[in-house]
Amino acid sequence: MSERLIELEILRYDPQTDEAPHFQTYQVPCQEDWVVLDAVNYIKDELDRTLSYRWSCHMAVCGSCGMMINGEPRLSCKSFVRDLPDKIRIEPLANFPIERDLVVVMDDFMDKLGSVKPYLVPAEKKSVEDGSYLQSPAQLKKFKQYTLCINCTLCYAACPQYAHNAGFVGPAALALAHRYNLDSRDVGRAARQDVVASNPGIWECSFVGACSDVCPEHVDPAGAIQQTKIASTVDYFKDLLTPGSKG
Amino acid sequence: MNRKPYIRPVSTTTWWLAQPRYIRYMAREVSCVLIGAYTAVVVFGLWRLTQGAAAWNAFLEALQTPHSVAFHLLAMAFALYHTTTWFNVTPKAMPVQIGETQLPGAIIVAAHYAGWAVVSVLVLYLVGI
Repeated sequence: MSERLIELEILRYDPQTDEAPHFQTYQVPCQEDWVVLDAVNYIKDELDRTLSYRWSCHMAVCGSCGMMINGEPRLSCKSFVRDLPDKIRIEPLANFPIERDLVVVMDDFMDKLGSVKPYLVPAEKKSVEDGSYLQSPAQLKKFKQYTLCINCTLCYAACPQYAHNAGFVGPAALALAHRYNLDSRDVGRAARQDVVASNPGIWECSFVGACSDVCPEHVDPAGAIQQTKIASTVDYFKDLLTPGSKG
Repeated sequence: MNRKPYIRPVSTTTWWLAQPRYIRYMAREVSCVLIGAYTAVVVFGLWRLTQGAAAWNAFLEALQTPHSVAFHLLAMAFALYHTTTWFNVTPKAMPVQIGETQLPGAIIVAAHYAGWAVVSVLVLYLVGI
């Protein structure tokens, strides 16, 4: 198998010694079938054990190895080196504070994700003995696409609205709220609306669409947010015409 | 261990130059300025119309200057860009599911173009062309 020498320029930051991040360059002999994560693992194993980054599954499922690869938020396990130039610049995901090297602080995302109640809120709780909540294939189809989110936060790194407005609830959290709102077994929409239909919620989104462009699972958060805007606008007019009917 | 997260600065003025998709977005957004200016020209024309034939003819003459023609071409280009990019994303905002099947996005986009054509023909008919 052919080998190619790649120059990896990696943004390093050690909170104990550095005032600001700086780039460090590594020469990595890459195999043809390597993804960027393999090259970073090579650095960790063979060249520099101090490099910090997150990764786990190596198969685009866990969502933890997101990085800025030549300025684009991507999963490093899904980005083949053979598709990239000889010089690759790697930075931590944009729009998040850097904890150390390629590790970012995700607390803000976690708080926002929790705020939209991203779980099933059933009309009445069933015990295991009562059996499962039934759903037809057509009802499942309505939201299945949005269940594919792996919380990799590439969408937040791509979103200029989030970059300039830290209060914005953001693409993944809003897409997951939409996923549960569309679920026929769920009655939690009204409880989510306080956050979802607020200004920092859907209305901060100006439909750049970058979130959907970079989503590795094709969840299309931008689409979810626009659909939520339409549904919330319908709510508004319903309430205007028949006050109090919204419940 | 003490944590000291580093927050990278973000440019508030040049961020949109960082990626082609941001430039395309800004082009779509800035189109409203040109469409707004065009609307102001139309309203100005209506006001001139109320002032009699001479004022109206002077307005029509002003529209034919090279600057005016260039402005109108530019405004039309941006209006078309806004319209087509907006139509192309309508399947995201308004997906249609029939049973277990998703209506192809191309049909939703085509319906918007058809609606555009119908409204245009109607407007042309109303103005007597």
